[in-house]
Amino acid sequence: MKTKLTFAAALLAATMLSGAAGAKTLVYCSEGSPEGFDPALYTAGTTFDASSKTVYNRLVQFEPGTTNTVPGLAESWEISDDGLEITFHLREGVKFHTTDFFTPTRDFNADDVLFSFERQLKEDNPFHAYVEGASWEYFNGMSMPDLLKSIEKVDDLTVKFVLNRPEAPMIANLAMDFASILSKEYADQLAESGSLSDLNQKPVGTGPFQFVAYQPDAVIRYKAHPDYWAGKQPIDDLVFAITTENSVRQQKLIAGECHIMPYPNPADIESLKSNEALKVDEQEGLNVGYLAYNTQQEPFDKPEVRKALNMAINKEAILDAVFQGAGQAAKNPIPPTMWSYNEAIEDDPYDPEAAKQMLEEAGVSDLSMKVWAMPVQRPYNPNARRMAELIQEDFSQVGVDVEIVSYEWGEYLERSKAVDRDGAVLLGWTGDNGDPDNFLAVLLGCDAVGGANRAQWCNDEFNDLIQRAKTLSSQEERAKLYEEAQVVFKREAPWATIAHSVVHMPMRKEVTGYKMDPLGGHAFEGVDIAE
Amino acid sequence: MFRFLFSRVALLIPTFIGVSIIAFSFIRLLPGDPITLLAGERGMTEERYQQLQSAMGFDKPLVVQYFNYLLDLLQGDFGTSIVTKRPVLQEFLTLFPATLELSFCAIMLAVLIGVPVGVLAAVRRGSWLDQSVMGSALVGYSMPIFWWGLLLIILFSGILQWTPVSGRISLLYYFPPVTGFMLIDSLLSGQEGAFKSAVSHLVLPTVVLATIPLAVIARQTRSAMLEVLGEDYVRTARAKGLPPRRVIGLHALRNALIPVITTIGLQVGVLLAGAILTETIFSWPGIGKWMVDSVFKRDYAVVQGGLLLIAGIIMIVNLIVDMLYGLVNPRIRH
Repeated sequence: MKTKLTFAAALLAATMLSGAAGAKTLVYCSEGSPEGFDPALYTAGTTFDASSKTVYNRLVQFEPGTTNTVPGLAESWEISDDGLEITFHLREGVKFHTTDFFTPTRDFNADDVLFSFERQLKEDNPFHAYVEGASWEYFNGMSMPDLLKSIEKVDDLTVKFVLNRPEAPMIANLAMDFASILSKEYADQLAESGSLSDLNQKPVGTGPFQFVAYQPDAVIRYKAHPDYWAGKQPIDDLVFAITTENSVRQQKLIAGECHIMPYPNPADIESLKSNEALKVDEQEGLNVGYLAYNTQQEPFDKPEVRKALNMAINKEAILDAVFQGAGQAAKNPIPPTMWSYNEAIEDDPYDPEAAKQMLEEAGVSDLSMKVWAMPVQRPYNPNARRMAELIQEDFSQVGVDVEIVSYEWGEYLERSKAVDRDGAVLLGWTGDNGDPDNFLAVLLGCDAVGGANRAQWCNDEFNDLIQRAKTLSSQEERAKLYEEAQVVFKREAPWATIAHSVVHMPMRKEVTGYKMDPLGGHAFEGVDIAE
Repeated sequence: MFRFLFSRVALLIPTFIGVSIIAFSFIRLLPGDPITLLAGERGMTEERYQQLQSAMGFDKPLVVQYFNYLLDLLQGDFGTSIVTKRPVLQEFLTLFPATLELSFCAIMLAVLIGVPVGVLAAVRRGSWLDQSVMGSALVGYSMPIFWWGLLLIILFSGILQWTPVSGRISLLYYFPPVTGFMLIDSLLSGQEGAFKSAVSHLVLPTVVLATIPLAVIARQTRSAMLEVLGEDYVRTARAKGLPPRRVIGLHALRNALIPVITTIGLQVGVLLAGAILTETIFSWPGIGKWMVDSVFKRDYAVVQGGLLLIAGIIMIVNLIVDMLYGLVNPRIRH
């Protein structure tokens, strides 16, 4: 009761302070400071939450709560028959934010689209190197320089993207944070006044919220964009209270100092659920944690050996001990929230006896191997050391001796890529754009051997399927190919698929309309606070 | 006095160069590099890796990199953060007032409580007061800061609701920073209740950060006082019939203060180390957390620039302590 009263008092005070009757402020206890406000410069979700999810829009957007792409700043688009040209028809009358540092004189148009991409693509663009060390990581990581032949302005409200090769995931790529649309007029103004770096510190976009102020490591303030093209937001002000420690975030939520928080401590979820003032939303994360064998080394080059080892792993025990319930056993290399997820596939049963027999039949005895354990916590694996110990125990049941090794994170990532690597690697992946290609080709394609394909696995049948899927534009036809590819994956077992995490989002009961983003972002469009 | 001062200042230069070498090489000795970490699980092609290496100047020999760094330093350029792409000095100056404000309050609390308590314990040596003070000092000294901070939050903010959980001021108050010190800015803002809110936010972090220095200062004061109280001149003063307050306050304390001041000076380093944890628990936007994050991300520029700036501050504080020491103890000046 006391908590509720304090909270009500705080809200009342907030209402009075903001001056307008009934003004609503939503406080989000965020987990860290954004690196900056130009989303294309960075790769961290924390930065995207504070920039692309609030301030900016993209031509194409993910429908809230799903990985489906829907129109954003582009009302519609056409893809040419050869898949090489995508023509976007832009929304008319979209307003940029009017702030105390910028007053737009025109609406959003094709020039803004060109500027947003050209600054990442063209070295002669004045904003290509406007901050020291600008590397446009996602733009390059998604191979945009190779893919994009040109971006042309057809007229003020029509833009054509010309590609070097057909690429079905392109539309999903353009919904990613790096593809956020900035104001060219604002950039020109900054270039004129010589304060280029303000583009990364005082953002101006078309998004649902406009930037007001940022105090590093403390607070970010936004207010609702009054002329937002999709309608003004139900809340008036949005505040990010930066609180890095998860137990402290939790105390703040309970004390009513914030309405909603990300990344609770898994051990505390039950107590949060039982708190009357709170509710906890949950969703499977768009990720997968796996153990990748080196399929180019004996005896792991034999599918039956890999299959036998997979059957020796007790996933339920791992879910209990490592994920503390905040996880779900994985049977496929893509998470269940992703389209084309093959429900029909049956997971290898946990059966140490059968596994032992399969190993014997494969002529494997006295096997000893290394299992690599990551030194860091990731959403897809909160405690790799513990997981490795459990696997060590499981493998010893089938007569396989495991030595656990680990390196500093940067070293780990680098060394695990080696084709002649000794041992199986614990690692995982969080999806970027909700497209199955972003898992299957990036992590298991032949091109990625010696890179992100830690199993060093190149299977022609699998690779043909995913390459073909990439050139088709019909999602239905692509899904069929990906479903088939998952069957091949299960049969060949280059990885032991271990788990998908389950993400929790605790919030005050009065918060309505929050949709969890399967891509892991935190967006507040459409969120309201019940009176 | 001037010669004393001059010799102290002259010593700062080699120290500073030494620190710059340590700061520069320390972070590079750690395995892993910022570019690999930036790319994460995705990884990048060897070609792109080389391209970024040379863009950031990491492909040059270390000695060349160091001298370039030194040259930039001489021009006041502390480099640009690899992660945030903002100038290191600018980031430091934005965050440092918060650390300074917290550290200043903590050291004040530690001195204002630690010295009198230490004196009392010495004067009443062996009494229950002495024993409980020294017992608590031992507990305080061994207190794990992280646990202690969370405990206080759960008790005072969670259960009793006397203090806010974290941050520097309630989110209801919004004014642009003028000095960067929240206590002053909240007064300048003229907003009703802002100062009170800033003070209430400062209470728990100050207590947590002051705990270890307080324990150290109390123990040091007690043992220094005990030593002095046994001296002949104190016995003489007492024999002359001076009131005990004068004997302790004037004759004993002034002499006992010399090692205590040294201890207080040394606590500045302890405070900055403690600030890292305290700032993390209380979401206090200072330099402690900033440095830790940069080490994890191998943000070379921030780690070396931050270390250098912090070391510079500690050196200046130590210089001031040395001078104070000279004032209190005339023998040192020569």
